[in-house]
Amino acid sequence: MEEPIIQLRGITKVYRVGVETIHALRELDLDIHRNEFVAIMGSSGSGKSTLMNMLGCLDRPTSGEYRLGSRLVSSMKPDELALIRNVDIGFVFQSFELLPRQTALENVELPLMYSATAGGFRARRARAAAALERVGLGNRMDHRPNQLSGGQKQRVAIARAILSNPKILMADEPTGNLDTATTGEILALFTQLHREGQTIIIVTHENDVAAHCRRVVRLRDGRILSDLPAEEDPEVASHVAGAREAQAARLAAAGAAA
Amino acid sequence: MSARGTGSAPRGGLSGFFFLKTIGMALSQIWANKTRSFLTALGIIVGVASVTAVIAALTGLKTKVLTEFESVGAARLYVFPNRPDNVPRSKIPWEKCRLRIEEARAIADQCPSLKGISPLVDITLSVESDTQLIEGMSITGIWPAWHDAIGRKVLRGRPFTQIDVETARQVALVNEAAVEELSLDEAGSGGIGSHVLLGGRRFLVVGVVETLQARMFGMNSSQAEIFVPFSVAEKLLEGWYFMQFVAIARSPEVAEEAKAEIEYVLRRQRGLTKEDPDTFRVAAIDQFINQFKSLASGVTAIAGGIVGISLLVGGIGIMNIMLVSVSERTREIGLRKAVGATSSAILLQFLLEAVTLTLLGGLVGLVIGKLMALSLTFIPGANLEQADVPPWAIAVALVFSAGVGVLFGMWPAYKASRLDPIEALRHE
Repeated sequence: MEEPIIQLRGITKVYRVGVETIHALRELDLDIHRNEFVAIMGSSGSGKSTLMNMLGCLDRPTSGEYRLGSRLVSSMKPDELALIRNVDIGFVFQSFELLPRQTALENVELPLMYSATAGGFRARRARAAAALERVGLGNRMDHRPNQLSGGQKQRVAIARAILSNPKILMADEPTGNLDTATTGEILALFTQLHREGQTIIIVTHENDVAAHCRRVVRLRDGRILSDLPAEEDPEVASHVAGAREAQAARLAAAGAAA
Repeated sequence: MSARGTGSAPRGGLSGFFFLKTIGMALSQIWANKTRSFLTALGIIVGVASVTAVIAALTGLKTKVLTEFESVGAARLYVFPNRPDNVPRSKIPWEKCRLRIEEARAIADQCPSLKGISPLVDITLSVESDTQLIEGMSITGIWPAWHDAIGRKVLRGRPFTQIDVETARQVALVNEAAVEELSLDEAGSGGIGSHVLLGGRRFLVVGVVETLQARMFGMNSSQAEIFVPFSVAEKLLEGWYFMQFVAIARSPEVAEEAKAEIEYVLRRQRGLTKEDPDTFRVAAIDQFINQFKSLASGVTAIAGGIVGISLLVGGIGIMNIMLVSVSERTREIGLRKAVGATSSAILLQFLLEAVTLTLLGGLVGLVIGKLMALSLTFIPGANLEQADVPPWAIAVALVFSAGVGVLFGMWPAYKASRLDPIEALRHE
């Protein structure tokens, strides 16, 4: 079998808050392969945010090894990690994090500012434009965030994240600030990107979101509680079943009415 | 096993794109907070504007004064009585220092490099014409060589002659201003042939010289001048008087030799031995220029000090606003780090922003300073017609503005660069 793109071995993260010691992650092992579509779930305090920061190279483990592709990132220096984040990781946040005075195109270009190898002015612009096309915003390039809807803003953020064709796309509650209809739209976009070969990791507490993923990893107290294909995860499965029933009921009601 | 994988790892570092983008964003940041940015940069603006104006004024004055000095020629020498320093007053009485007319004659006879020499002695007297009376006018006693030495020719009539001096004829030269103020032109002869009463003696006006342009420092209400032969002036004088000599070398090139000759003749006249110090001083025109230059650089230094203080105050304002900016944009900094900005990139970015702000302030200050300099040239009688901002002052102003940005932007930029991206993104 192909080498996993992400290999975590014995990852432990310990914080000290005053005299208290908090074990955010305990001896955690996790493999993620190329083109997987993973949901990381868990209640608050389960360690999912810490795991996400770790996977996104924003944080370093207290102990353990993290291998991204062929590289051991757990022992890298901050500047090397910055380069990894610039090239190998794309972030999508709950509150979009777009710069308000910049156009959609300029926002998407942002990571290229910190790259020395992204080519000339036009090449950068073309790459940003291509990323916006991929998320279906080719006609909104010169709009500023305040001229865009929530869903459009998150699309811009996704375009920014996939700009450098990252090894992994990390999304932290990407639909947390969106209504149901828009949530569906954004999840459809993630599904499309996954079909195009993108490895995606979504941190969420919503079964609805997890249902779109292929694999669900549940955390509790800094340990992996369960790691199952989405359709085998009991909560997600029951959520899907419930949704189907509700839809069937709606259809039945509609049929009866007709 | 190697920590680094095989294959070509992408290279870190910053591109021209980074600088272009950063400056663009800094400008849009400044524009978005127009009032705040303006108030912040005000210290820099005022500092740069005031120093620019002061330097422009000094430069104008310098140009003017130097042109005036040069127009009178580098060949001119002045001789003053001078009590040597660090010698007790009792040892060398004033009597031994003051210049005598015999000394002027000796210099005139014995200095081959000199073209001419004239004593200068000022008497204050009331002057009367047929219709006017002017109290306390300055009368100067001179020799004919004065025309050459000072470089002022007669416009009408004739200069003094050796005979005027030797026979002590009661003749006078006046300037145009005196002709006007004493109404000497009644007969329509431009003043020539008219008479003036000096201390009760009747003088025939034989020539008219040009009126000097505004006196160099300060302005007298009257610009009228009257000159009489030195031998006549001696008769008008009572008791003690102060005399100096003005001399002119044959050419500017031999001015130094002429100076040495005068010193030699005077020392011999006064019987000074090798050990005795000079009891007089011979000054060439370039010594006046040097004095003026050192005065001007003194004023420049003081102005520089004042500007330093205002730049310091301005710099503290910059630091304050940059700290506010860093705090307001904590999430943005978190995002930038998340998408790959290194700490040094963030540091550089905020430094560039501070420098952009201070440089803009400096530029605005320069424009205001230039306008101030321009308005100075319209002040009548201030001798500042040539006030202008020299290129070096523009360079210095811009370098200092940028320096203030770097110096006072450093701490806020450092703070920004140290932010933890996770914390920063959680910041509300």
